[in-house]
Amino acid sequence: MTVIGIPFIWLLLFLVFPFAIVFKISFAEMAIARPPFTELFAYAEEKLSVMLNVGNYLFLFKDKLYLSAYLSSLKMAAGATFLALLVGYPLAYGIARAHPGIRNLLLLGIVLPYWTSFLLRIYAWIGILKTNGLINNLLLKLGIIDTPLHMLHTDFAVYVGIVYAYLPFMVLPLYTNLVKLDESYLEAAADLGAKPWKTFLFVTLPLSKGGIIAGSMLVFIPAVGEFVIPALLGGPDTLMIGKVLWEEFFNNRDWPVASAVAIAMLLLLIIPMMWFHKHQTQEMVES
Amino acid sequence: MHIINFDRAGGRSPAMGAPYESTRNNARIRGGRGFRAKKFDAITAVDNVDLNIKKGEVFALLGASGCGKTTLLRLLAGFEIPTDGQIVIDGEDMQSIQPYNRPVNMMFQSYALFPHMNVSKNIAFGLKQDRVPRAKIKQRVDELLELVHMKELFNRFPHQLSGGQRQRVALARSLAKSPKLLLLDEPMAALDKKLREQMQLEVVNIIESVGVTCVMVTHDQEEAMTMATRIGVMHDGKLLQTGTPHKVYEYPNCRRTAEFIGTVNTFSGTVIENSADHVIIDAPELNREIYVDHGISGSVGTDIWVAVRPEKMTIDTTPPSGEYNHARGVVEEIAYVGGLSIYHVKTQSGMIIRVTLANVDRLAEGRITWDDEVYLSWQPGAAVVLTW
Amino acid sequence: MSATRRSPLLSVWLLLGYTFLYAPIVILIIFSFNESKLVTVWAGFSTKWYWELFQDRQMLTAAWLSLRLALMSATAAAALGVLAGLVMARFGRFRGHNLFAGMITAPLVMPEVITGLSMLLLFVSMEKVIGWPDGRGLLTLWIAHVTFCAAFVAVVITSRLREMDESIEEAAMDLGAPPFKVFTAITLPIIMPAVAAGWLLAFTLSLDDLVISSFVAGPGATTLPMKVFSSVRLGASPKINALATIVVLFVSLCAVGAGILMFRTERQRKFEIQAAMRDTD
Repeated sequence: MTVIGIPFIWLLLFLVFPFAIVFKISFAEMAIARPPFTELFAYAEEKLSVMLNVGNYLFLFKDKLYLSAYLSSLKMAAGATFLALLVGYPLAYGIARAHPGIRNLLLLGIVLPYWTSFLLRIYAWIGILKTNGLINNLLLKLGIIDTPLHMLHTDFAVYVGIVYAYLPFMVLPLYTNLVKLDESYLEAAADLGAKPWKTFLFVTLPLSKGGIIAGSMLVFIPAVGEFVIPALLGGPDTLMIGKVLWEEFFNNRDWPVASAVAIAMLLLLIIPMMWFHKHQTQEMVES
Repeated sequence: MHIINFDRAGGRSPAMGAPYESTRNNARIRGGRGFRAKKFDAITAVDNVDLNIKKGEVFALLGASGCGKTTLLRLLAGFEIPTDGQIVIDGEDMQSIQPYNRPVNMMFQSYALFPHMNVSKNIAFGLKQDRVPRAKIKQRVDELLELVHMKELFNRFPHQLSGGQRQRVALARSLAKSPKLLLLDEPMAALDKKLREQMQLEVVNIIESVGVTCVMVTHDQEEAMTMATRIGVMHDGKLLQTGTPHKVYEYPNCRRTAEFIGTVNTFSGTVIENSADHVIIDAPELNREIYVDHGISGSVGTDIWVAVRPEKMTIDTTPPSGEYNHARGVVEEIAYVGGLSIYHVKTQSGMIIRVTLANVDRLAEGRITWDDEVYLSWQPGAAVVLTW
Repeated sequence: MSATRRSPLLSVWLLLGYTFLYAPIVILIIFSFNESKLVTVWAGFSTKWYWELFQDRQMLTAAWLSLRLALMSATAAAALGVLAGLVMARFGRFRGHNLFAGMITAPLVMPEVITGLSMLLLFVSMEKVIGWPDGRGLLTLWIAHVTFCAAFVAVVITSRLREMDESIEEAAMDLGAPPFKVFTAITLPIIMPAVAAGWLLAFTLSLDDLVISSFVAGPGATTLPMKVFSSVRLGASPKINALATIVVLFVSLCAVGAGILMFRTERQRKFEIQAAMRDTD
């Protein structure tokens, strides 16, 4: 019983309960106090009064900043996920079809960067994309461009950063899926007269659906709420909701609005999260 | 009432000098509506089981996969809890006794050897749990290593052993605590065919030399017949028949048993004459009547089935004498399998009858070949009347 | 799958892919030895940034804090994760199973800003109501890190337990070992490599975390990523390159070591299995 009890209570206390508190505080009002918000419940003169401030949520709708930040987060996360899929699928496929002896080595090569610091890997791109950075220096020297390209602090840099940082999350589930793919299916398709690209389109791709979903969700969901990448590589007009939440909290010290932003973000992500979770359990049942 | 009994004496262990008939029970399971293993929720996995197992015998539960035989084994080991019923071993109710306190040990289908322990440690594990003194453990482990011929390999790890060696270790490990009951779950399933035949005899010899009561589960009828002193045929959670291999094969009590063990030709028919020493059955599929040399309990007019094993039929090109027990047909198919040839003969009614003939001579083709018109016949004692 | 008829295009793509993954890291390392303060213009070889890094007291304090935090978090997360993995893989469908499975997967996909904010609000509220935890610092950092790292460990352990033959545990029980003994004598030794992997994963995650830490750290405690982040925001510095080089060196040494070890044991094992197969029974 303690085996269930300890992790259950820990997770309940430090994971589920906090969300309830975020939900509660999203209905509070900002106040000059410690902590900087008002209480929801007040008990005075035998009266329990509940003050629910829906202003934070209305504010999210009224102020164009939030809505466009949500939309642009979704757009950028989706775009980056698609790019990561384009880059990652051939990679995963190539590894899965490599000689079994070097497969693990190749896989290690994909995972290894993930074990080094996320922050430092994003930092590396600053030096590469800067106006006087490596790419510009190279292109200038080769005479391809006359004036340096503006790449750092743009949406482009954010896309590059997300694809770069989350590529292992895309490749790993795809690889796990593709390596299980029985080659005799492909041989059967070829034997029945399908050209390689048709075999890929009608056999390999549908069979790897599970890996595509898992990989895409693993990139998409954290990318929507990403903070470090837009903060370091994005520009002042790069709108991403993670960054907005961070600034609301740390710069404006408006905890109630930050909570409301978090709840809205959670609602936005709950569908892909559930989908991912359902998919994972399904995979586990099947295997 | 559904009982599994483990009688103190009986079986085929003459070394023990025990009488074949005994009323002392070693263990017993009892249930009302049947045992419902918890795992299967609403499905009744084991139902209506009534069984007597004698001390020292090797009892095989035989059935297709999903028939409930493994559940029955796991009930005995204590991994499944009967929703309804009672398990008694050596006079002790097992209901509230955890698997780790039962006097029962099991050899698993996958052998389940502990991968991080060597052969000796694997065998010693059970004794260690009982806090047996170290010197005693060593002595017992040496004994068992000797018994299963694994003395030289005592410090190998499971992955360093071949399939047969692993099985020996698994057997030694489950015998280490001298259980009152040894359970074998599909003991040969993890071995290839050649090794299987050798290990069947070896495992039986070891079990008999130890004299432990043993219940095994298998879907392989040859394995059951080679290893067991008695067989219980299971289907859909029910025990259809129990008996010696000979009895189950030669005197099946229902069509399912007859068909599951070996091959059989069954003819449906109606009783037209029934007396103490014989019965005559009208079999429309044969256009002829069947004569069986013993009486049955059913009355005239009862619909029944007659089963005849393929090897108990003779095949000939000339019509046999006598009016009963033969059929005419055309050879449809001949399968040459080495020692035997199997003939598929199609009767006028369209039924296919299988007949096996031993290939006693070396002729490439027998006397009888495709499309020959042949006559099949059998002795009155060869057929079995089945009522369900 | 075997290596039958692989398109050369695929090999080119693999090459490009690995270049994409490793070029930034290699560049980072190269420029850590740059004489110039400009991280992108080569001005000769020098190790001076390493000396500067080792003299940066703030950086060293932050690194020391991060290391201690990571050690403590990884250990607790490994223990908690093993328990959670056991619940997931061995306890079947008890009441609340779905909630539990959901709680385990949530930190894996939850945006860090949300996790961080919710943790902070929890600590603040708890302090207000029960007076604990008193302020924010190492303790709150530890709780937060254990929580999200445990989820990752649990995933590793769950999948290891699921692929383990359950009859090995049943066999131990059958031979007289009560459940706790089965766990300590059989299950734990067998899954130990996975526990070690989970611990390492938790260690790196904790060492690397910026967002959650920033929320729950409070003014007193600054972890290494927080320090790096604030200095990077002020502009690139070769000192950070030097730090990155050390991190990369450390990680690759660990990975190469673990890789060689795994490769060796695997080869040894294969060899022994083949030898066993040749043995006659």
